[in-house]
Amino acid sequence: MQRFDPRSAAVATTCPYCGVGCGVLATPDGSGGATIAGDPRHPANFGRLCSKGSALNETLSLEGRLLHPMLRDGAQLRRASWDEALSEVAKGFRRVIDAHGPQAVAFYLSGQLLTEDYYAANKLLKGFIGSPNVDTNSRLCMASTVAGHKRAFGADVVPGCYEDLDLADLIVLVGSNAAWCHPILFQRILRNKQERGAKLVVIDPRRTATAEEADLFLPIAPGGDVALFCGLLVHLVANGAVRDDYVMRHTEGFAQTLAAARAIAPTIAATAAAAGLREVDVAAFFELFAATPKTVTAFSQGVNQSAQGTDKVDAIVHCHLATGRIGEPGAAPFSLTGQPNAMGGREVGGLANQLAAHMGFSEAEVDRVRRFWNAPRIATREGLKAVQMFEAIGRGEIKALWVMGTNPAVSLPQADEARAALSRLDLFVVSDNVLSNDTINAGAHVLLPAQAWGEKSGTVTNSERRISRQRAFLPSPGEAEPDWRIVGEVAARMGFGEAFRFRSAADVFREHAALSAFENDGARSFDIGGLAELSGEAYDALRPTFWPIRAGETKGRERFFAEGSFFTADGKARFVAPERPALKAATSAAFPFRLNTGRIRDQWHTMTRTGKSPRLARHLPSPFVEIHPADAAAAGLVDGGFARVSTRHGECLLAVAVTERQRRGELFAPIHWSDETASLARVGALVAAVTDPHSGQPEAKATPARIDAVSFKSHGFLLSRAALRPPFAELATKVALAHGHGLLFASNAGLELWRDYVAALGDRADAADYFDEARGVYRAARFAEQRVDLCLFVGRQDARAAFDQATALFEKEWLTIEERKALLSGRAADGAEEDGAIVCACFGVGAKAIDKAIANGARSVAEIGARLRAGTNCGSCIPELKRAIAAARACCEE
Amino acid sequence: MSEPLVIIGNGMAAARLVEELAKRALGRYAIAVIGEEPRLAYNRVLLSSVLAGESEMADIELKPADWWRDRGVTLLYGRKARSVDLAEKRVTLESGESVFYSKLVFATGSRALRLPLPGAELRGVCVFRDGADVDMLKRMAAQRERIVVIGGGLLGLEAAYGLGKCGAKVTLVHVADRLMERQLDAPAAALLKQLIESKGIETLLEANTIRILGDGDVRGVELADGRRIAAEGVVFAAGIAPNSELARDAGIETQRGIVVDDQMTTNIDDVFALGECAQHRGVCYGLVEPAYEQARVLAARLSGEGDVYEGSVVSTNLKVSGVSVFSAGDFLGRDGGETISWRDQGLGLYKKLVIESGRLRGAVLVGDASAALWYLELIRSRADISQWRDALIFGRALCERKAA
Repeated sequence: MQRFDPRSAAVATTCPYCGVGCGVLATPDGSGGATIAGDPRHPANFGRLCSKGSALNETLSLEGRLLHPMLRDGAQLRRASWDEALSEVAKGFRRVIDAHGPQAVAFYLSGQLLTEDYYAANKLLKGFIGSPNVDTNSRLCMASTVAGHKRAFGADVVPGCYEDLDLADLIVLVGSNAAWCHPILFQRILRNKQERGAKLVVIDPRRTATAEEADLFLPIAPGGDVALFCGLLVHLVANGAVRDDYVMRHTEGFAQTLAAARAIAPTIAATAAAAGLREVDVAAFFELFAATPKTVTAFSQGVNQSAQGTDKVDAIVHCHLATGRIGEPGAAPFSLTGQPNAMGGREVGGLANQLAAHMGFSEAEVDRVRRFWNAPRIATREGLKAVQMFEAIGRGEIKALWVMGTNPAVSLPQADEARAALSRLDLFVVSDNVLSNDTINAGAHVLLPAQAWGEKSGTVTNSERRISRQRAFLPSPGEAEPDWRIVGEVAARMGFGEAFRFRSAADVFREHAALSAFENDGARSFDIGGLAELSGEAYDALRPTFWPIRAGETKGRERFFAEGSFFTADGKARFVAPERPALKAATSAAFPFRLNTGRIRDQWHTMTRTGKSPRLARHLPSPFVEIHPADAAAAGLVDGGFARVSTRHGECLLAVAVTERQRRGELFAPIHWSDETASLARVGALVAAVTDPHSGQPEAKATPARIDAVSFKSHGFLLSRAALRPPFAELATKVALAHGHGLLFASNAGLELWRDYVAALGDRADAADYFDEARGVYRAARFAEQRVDLCLFVGRQDARAAFDQATALFEKEWLTIEERKALLSGRAADGAEEDGAIVCACFGVGAKAIDKAIANGARSVAEIGARLRAGTNCGSCIPELKRAIAAARACCEE
Repeated sequence: MSEPLVIIGNGMAAARLVEELAKRALGRYAIAVIGEEPRLAYNRVLLSSVLAGESEMADIELKPADWWRDRGVTLLYGRKARSVDLAEKRVTLESGESVFYSKLVFATGSRALRLPLPGAELRGVCVFRDGADVDMLKRMAAQRERIVVIGGGLLGLEAAYGLGKCGAKVTLVHVADRLMERQLDAPAAALLKQLIESKGIETLLEANTIRILGDGDVRGVELADGRRIAAEGVVFAAGIAPNSELARDAGIETQRGIVVDDQMTTNIDDVFALGECAQHRGVCYGLVEPAYEQARVLAARLSGEGDVYEGSVVSTNLKVSGVSVFSAGDFLGRDGGETISWRDQGLGLYKKLVIESGRLRGAVLVGDASAALWYLELIRSRADISQWRDALIFGRALCERKAA
């Protein structure tokens, strides 16, 4: 039953993007939309939102939504009733289990599921079907941190909290472009820097927006992190910065680890050589670290997505254990998670190497969970982690798969193989809220419509172990249902109804909380027994709460381990000697580059949500590869041109961005585009499926690759009210527009083909066109009631500036004559300001407006903010604003 | 003592020549202007505006009477020159009077052609050339008569528009397959037809008039395909002919027009010609701008300065309100020029530019001719427009802002 009141005022909920877990106030407008603001009372963000969060209102439309169950019928999917679809799923699983055993069934879950959904799915597969093969996209994101935490602390516990970022005197960011990927935390860091003078060190192969704010930037070679932190450990010992008392009383294994560290990085010079850094920078970092007790080392995918990710995490953790800088205000190693509920999934145990609620597969643990669930068929050993799971699907060992809320055909490494594997399944179920994505289009047999953000209700846990409510503020559209209920319905049809009698998300949560406390004498860190008796009202009203919160407690715990008490049998942390650092795959003459992958500022994952927002589309609208100018010159690549990037596993066609922020020999490509949004830009297809031996996390940032220039006769864009896809736009990217569809393309078609294409689109009465045949330029527009109905630009030049202009006019309700005349010029109408590429996504401020403000005397970010508001909300564009000011200054001095 | 300079013709060319001369050599010549029309020189280009009722004849006078007087000009208007005696340096008027000259200038202009069709002599058949024609056309139109305009060039379009504007039901018949075929390319002509028809003027193309019907008074016209169009009036607007007979009869070299050199001198010393009656390097211009350029060169010549006329880059500007049409230079891009075009059906706009070696060679504009003079200047100056190329057709403001 929906507990949704359309007349309600602002609903406090939690952002569905990164792991910062910002509080959002959503005020529904009564017609399916809502206004969005930061929740000033939420302790993660205190009212601030980043560009992505601020644009959530642009992502709520029902366009492209899956609104009822669907079943495969040959090449097509047809609408089905819930009853038919659920029976199909239950019968399908039953058939596979009967023929091949429970291990032939797998669930692939998502860090975007709510904790309650995770719990129900994990319980069904591990507890009742009896297969351990539950894994999640968190494997691609956080698994190395989980493994590192468990190895060092005996449990997957983040020792600190966000407040430590406010209190630290030194913040070290390793493999984290927090300015773009965790903007609100990054703003907290910058505030600390400004107000308290904290120092910021950034360690990253790329000179990112984050690096630009650093006091010290270490442009580390890929895979150099273990060497750097081993060198640091050696330096700390040599300089008396180690807290011997802490090491003695609370840790084991220090001597062996120090010996291993000395073998890897005995001196600053050796460290610098191993990490590809200048000695002077390494020395400066070591001195700063040694001299600053209040240090937080925060890390993200640059550390995790590695075949030595677990060693990298622990190499960082070692430096904090050795100095006792853990669990103290302002001192901790700190993992920044990438998904809104990766942490919730870890708490539930929705990973193949966990059973449930921070319990593994020891006999005692299996027995305990079996009794709690009353689940005689419970899985008794570890299952297959994501990469192995898809390999097993490819080999035909797993026959039935249920994917919930994620897009593995895009995001897994060697994604072409993963996608091909999906077509081999006997039963392939997807619950999601879109009608089409690469995973669904890989041949899903059953589609189950899940509720989306804004409709569903439950809890998520953010990077600092803080449990927050996601609350519904929109009615559930069509026949969409919460995932936990869908799981329960399937369970009931398989004969497990007794164990899934949940009437509400609160029911699920209470059971989850009770399991965490069940026979928990304090040996398990995750214990939220204090929330196991929440009434429905109390659950609805739940304020953001740290875990653990044990029975009888009213307040969670901020920090761990200042006094030891680790979750190992002897209560001591473990130093674990790392392997000698080496990247798994070597470059070669055929694949001489290292391909790094990652996020961009204004998109998230495979764009199913952010891809709907016109505002977010404007920052970096199409897939690209970044390369150093010298490498570009050698490869015959030009900025704005195109390149084929290939690895042993696949290829992509990407726009070329030449930049000195990139190290020589390395490429960077963002992960967001898929076949749904672009023609050949699934970067996952390029990534090698080599994994960390402990965490199973793939090395997504160092695949050997080659890059070759590709030329097209023309590039351009097409803006239309209905989605169009000209067949001869060989390279195409969808771009969100207000009230329409954008397509950026490159093509080898002649102008006549384009002219015929437009002519075939029907009525030409209110049409305009522009030709410069000698220059290969063709532009056409159709109008309807003084509004642009269609706009096509084809030419040999990069059309980005014209795209921004034309888009601005396309999105207008009606055009003046002057604006209409300006449309095909690709320039702003007389008197109007040209915006340029959007820099501040929150207020839609473009680069040209910013340059103009600087030219008119704005000399600081604050002055730009005062004039244009740019940078005054989420602040994630501030590095770009500073760059613009610096560029203007450099220009003046010349 | 001033030299006597006689100008035969009291039109726009003559007026401009006097003006240019007065600037350079006021008092050197005693100027006499002989004009057939019984009024002060007026702006012939604006006759269509008088016909359309948008101006009065008095509004379009080029200069007031005292302007001529102040420059010592003897105006002999309403007087026709009958013959010229080159040996005696004398012009004889119809009245028998003689005017002696030291220097003689032919500025006799051109006349509308009357097609040699059966019925061309009927009452109600006229041309559109001078003030008298305008008076007659206005009377016809005021009676809401049906009028056929023969000729779809500049003159025919202006006549048709003017007649329509003052109440006539107008049919424009044109022998070619498009309007203004010498000044416009096919898309421009098609758009012009659409715009003209939207003003209530019926337009028939490939319509070859073979006969004017009637008995004393015009009753209609008959086309080669047998169609008949009922009308109470017919206007010939199918071309002009230079008025060169007077010169020819005097023994001056003429072909289509009076042949002049680059200083507007005929084959006879001290005898010059300019404007629509003159033929320069094989070309008789039917437009006012070349006449003005020629007036400047001739004035320099008569003032003893050296200036040379090397021909004009002609441009065509149709002055029909709400329908801007302009063309200039090599707008067809025949010899290897590159074409840029911009068409907006909904706005009734068509523009085409012809570019060669980074220079503007020709332009056609329909529906918005606001940039016409700028393009003409670029064509004439042969300025390098490479840096503006992709914005050029969208007008000066966009180009110059980009350059800034």
